[in-house]
Amino acid sequence: MHVPDGFLDAPTSVATGVVAAGTVALALQRARRELDERTAPLAGLTAAFVFAVQMVNFPVGAGTSGHLVGGALTAVLVGPWTAVLCMTVVLVVQAVLFADGGLTALGTNVTLLGLVAVGVGYGVFRLLLALLPRTRGGLLAAAGAGAFVSVPVAALVFVGLFAVGGVADVPLSAVAAAMGGIHVLIGIGEAVITVAVLAAVVSVRPDLVHGAAHLRRPSDLATRPGLRAEESLR
Amino acid sequence: MGAGHGGPLGAAYVAGGSVVHRLEPHLKLVAVLAFALVVVATPVHAGWAPAAYAGYAALVLGAAAVARVPAGRLARGLVVEVPFLAFALLLPVVSRGPRVEVLGLSLSESGLAAGGGLLAKATLSVLAATVLAATTEPRELVRGLQRLRLPALLVQILSFMVRYADVVGGELRRMRVARESRGFRGRGPGALRVVATGAGALFVRSYERGERVHLAMLSRGYTGALPAGPAAAVPAQAWLVTLSLPLTAAAVLAAGMLLG
Repeated sequence: MHVPDGFLDAPTSVATGVVAAGTVALALQRARRELDERTAPLAGLTAAFVFAVQMVNFPVGAGTSGHLVGGALTAVLVGPWTAVLCMTVVLVVQAVLFADGGLTALGTNVTLLGLVAVGVGYGVFRLLLALLPRTRGGLLAAAGAGAFVSVPVAALVFVGLFAVGGVADVPLSAVAAAMGGIHVLIGIGEAVITVAVLAAVVSVRPDLVHGAAHLRRPSDLATRPGLRAEESLR
Repeated sequence: MGAGHGGPLGAAYVAGGSVVHRLEPHLKLVAVLAFALVVVATPVHAGWAPAAYAGYAALVLGAAAVARVPAGRLARGLVVEVPFLAFALLLPVVSRGPRVEVLGLSLSESGLAAGGGLLAKATLSVLAATVLAATTEPRELVRGLQRLRLPALLVQILSFMVRYADVVGGELRRMRVARESRGFRGRGPGALRVVATGAGALFVRSYERGERVHLAMLSRGYTGALPAGPAAAVPAQAWLVTLSLPLTAAAVLAAGMLLG
């Protein structure tokens, strides 16, 4: 669900566009530091993965299904700056190829789903990672909490933007309550899916998970017993 | 493996050789963006707004007819609007201000105008963007964005995504076929674990494919930038033809403001 054209007034759209452009410029710089010249193929393939997974409808129960937004999941998997680029590229493709999200609202959508969802999701994840035990369970719990929080926060930021630059005069508290309530439910689904996908990746290839760097143990192939490091250098 | 362009991205394009198909992609992008800007700039509460929307609709449907985009393709493009349809229908009920009676319901006057305006503007913009996607191949759209000076690294990421979206989507489809041919029925929390494991495997495969693509590029002399030939100059006539859509729409808007 993306903001279409004409939903927010011109000043708000321009302001979010400037915020989005600044974020993407910074992310282009930082992602190059995360991935050096591998940035283009790896971020491109990760974006293709996000795009494909967003089209899968997971059965949630009671006859309903949901799909992943993927901001927090991508940030934990490949790092926050690369994740911003992946989400931006997915949003551009959806706007240009599927008319999903207006061209004039592209800045707003990048701000909400690229900056806010990724930033909040990854921020909560890092915070909890520092507090929780440094185990697989702690990693998954932190990622799940980040995914859960990212969805309603992005929805509330949208309500805030609507309050500043909305084109209709509606009681804000009602809109905030409705949007917040619905997105808490969506956030639960997002958290469950994020944890399940992440658990699968961590058990197969933990070395690929950017957020699991602290779980990596040094190789068991150490120096010969009885031989100290200084001696081996001689 | 030889499924060709049957993937999700290829589905947006309707092959053809019309005038609209042959226009420069970057000019088409500018035209659709300018058209959306004109549509958005139309004041919602003006009395002549519905007439202006009708004028825009005639323009964009005319462009679709010239491009021979089937009506079914346009209708499928509109499906993305459905969540906002609910929001637009809700606006007249929850908005404040003077009320009017419609079919026994007390609705807000400003909410009606705002909801109707939102719906009209979103529909018109979606129609224009659908015509763009239906007449321009994904690869050409990326080239258009490149000519519009999108940062080079972003263009590269975008072109990799467009190039491999169908490959990754195809892997996902084959995983589903494999699951279901082994008797999998997607129900309940147990199904989530299975599907999520598949998605995790898909990430590992996509990432590893990215590494292989990178190594293949390195072995062909990749240094961080893709070579691009010089861009051909665009004659003024092409600009004029492509921008006729937003310029006519702007004329409709100006006429409404002057006469309305």
